[in-house]
Amino acid sequence: MAILLTVNGSPHEVDIDPATPLLYVLRDELALNGAKYGCGLGQCGSCTVVVDGEAVLSCMVPVMLLEGREITTVEGLGTIDKPGPLQQAFIEVQAAQCGYCVPGMMMSAHALLRRNARPSDAEIREALATNLCRCGTHMRILAAIRRAGELMQAASLPRPDEGRAG
Amino acid sequence: MWALRVVIVFVAAIVLAVGAFFFLAWRSEIPEDAAAAEATFAPELVAKGAQLAALGNCIACHTVPGKPAFAGGLAVPTPFGTIYSTNITPDRETGIGGWSEEAFQRAMNEGVDRRGSHLYPAFPYDHFTRVSAEDNRALYAFLMTRPAVKAEAPRNDLQFPLTYRPLLAAWKLAFFDRGELEPDSSQSEAWTRGRYLAEGLGHCGACHTPRNALGAEDRDHYFGGGEAEGWQAYAINKDSKAPIPWDEQSLAFYLRNGWHEFHGVSRGPMAEVTGNLSALPDSDIMAIATYVTSIMGDPTPERGQRAAQLREQFEGDYREQTADSQSSPVNASGGSPGEAIYVAACASCHEGQRRQPFGGLNFELSTAVNAPNPQNIVNVVLFGLPPADGEASAVMPAFRHLLSDQQVADVLAYMRERFSEEQPWAGLVELIANTRSGAHRVTIRPSDGIERAPHNVGAEEG
Repeated sequence: MAILLTVNGSPHEVDIDPATPLLYVLRDELALNGAKYGCGLGQCGSCTVVVDGEAVLSCMVPVMLLEGREITTVEGLGTIDKPGPLQQAFIEVQAAQCGYCVPGMMMSAHALLRRNARPSDAEIREALATNLCRCGTHMRILAAIRRAGELMQAASLPRPDEGRAG
Repeated sequence: MWALRVVIVFVAAIVLAVGAFFFLAWRSEIPEDAAAAEATFAPELVAKGAQLAALGNCIACHTVPGKPAFAGGLAVPTPFGTIYSTNITPDRETGIGGWSEEAFQRAMNEGVDRRGSHLYPAFPYDHFTRVSAEDNRALYAFLMTRPAVKAEAPRNDLQFPLTYRPLLAAWKLAFFDRGELEPDSSQSEAWTRGRYLAEGLGHCGACHTPRNALGAEDRDHYFGGGEAEGWQAYAINKDSKAPIPWDEQSLAFYLRNGWHEFHGVSRGPMAEVTGNLSALPDSDIMAIATYVTSIMGDPTPERGQRAAQLREQFEGDYREQTADSQSSPVNASGGSPGEAIYVAACASCHEGQRRQPFGGLNFELSTAVNAPNPQNIVNVVLFGLPPADGEASAVMPAFRHLLSDQQVADVLAYMRERFSEEQPWAGLVELIANTRSGAHRVTIRPSDGIERAPHNVGAEEG
């Protein structure tokens, strides 16, 4: 059955059983391998993507629920040449060891930072409670998310020299 | 003359009635005890009091999550307005620092504060009146040795004329049965102990018994199911909808561990209760189970038969530790939209043969699906079960960002039809919309994010 999905702003038509979890469609059909298969039970968070601004676990979501909705994956946050603020911050802080959990971490953080540009550590911890990291990189991940918040704010604020000219 | 006589009799009757009412309503002030907060108590007494405070779940209402323990100020919504819990730390000005033990005993016994004002029955003195003077002494010792916190509770926001506390004397006259329970010689020691714990400090009925229009427990439907913090407290009498009826062993296990393989995990306000009960010895947990299952009674033969089938189906080693979302254990028959969603999104965990408490409960065993009111299952679908921090716990993802009100209603209607013999639920879409919007307020906290006596889980230490 043909399902129409909008991923990172682009429409995709996939011919697939509508009960298929989004994760498999992303990885197997659309070659978007950022979201990872971890537990397959909605418990580890490595498959997290953002749907209409909210973090969801793509291993749990059948694509039948997603027609007409905006799906964002880690690939939608930036490119290798032009990383987005979250990606930039994770690189700066070196907040990855094996890196398997990081796309999920970034997407949960993306959803958080969209609604709260300056989250407290408690708010970050709460938003990422279902994202597990077995390497123990948590302190750096916290630092990276704080840094990403700063980068995003800096990007949205007018530069000091702006508005003075003319 | 005749008219004058009628007027005199009428006025006299009113004066008498008003006088009698004030006589009934009036309670004397117990003088402030300046030394109370500095008193010392035997460590054993304080330890016993800590256990009793856990049984009483005092911390749950008397603490704002994340704020200092027992300092009060939690909004308790009632049909009559919002009541704010009081500060029961030994702060002299804002807490009970000036309360003598006599004043504390009276509050527990009669629902009257030190100054002589009647307390609202949101403080469940209809249960606490059953507590022995000896246990109250231990509770008092425990509370008076907590750190004093200066915190004034916000003013209650109640409808007029309920702000006028002497009216509570009339409420008490109608509904309050004061004093300890008479012993029942026909019952075992464990049952008697269980009744004392469950009826007194445990105050199970405060949530699990429905309330009448004036907020009193309806004793004709004792343990017949009530409400707490936006959740349904299930019937725990003969009307229990548990597909496999509770027995002493399963209930004791559930109260001890917060889950049972045939019943699922405790959640909502009950997670706090089972967490707090961990302070009690096994013998007390067993006693509560003995008493509560005696109220449930033996299941009807039909219910017993059905339970035997379910036991056979779900007992033992049939469950292997394998489950994932790559394969759904069931296939949709192409029926309702609810079925399609259930099969694709729910079945992989809930029929995935992963053990409790980490796997989803099979809905053949679910009280929620069989309950007269779908509120709890709506709460869990929308908000999930948030994980505990840094420890193994039950967890379920929230589906509120994925499913519309209509889709949740479709799934629940399908589950009700497939897993229950009960009538379909009415008004699902509206109830789901109100729960989602917060018009129906639901408390959602991770199982370790709720306050547990004597530890203040959410608060920063120091």
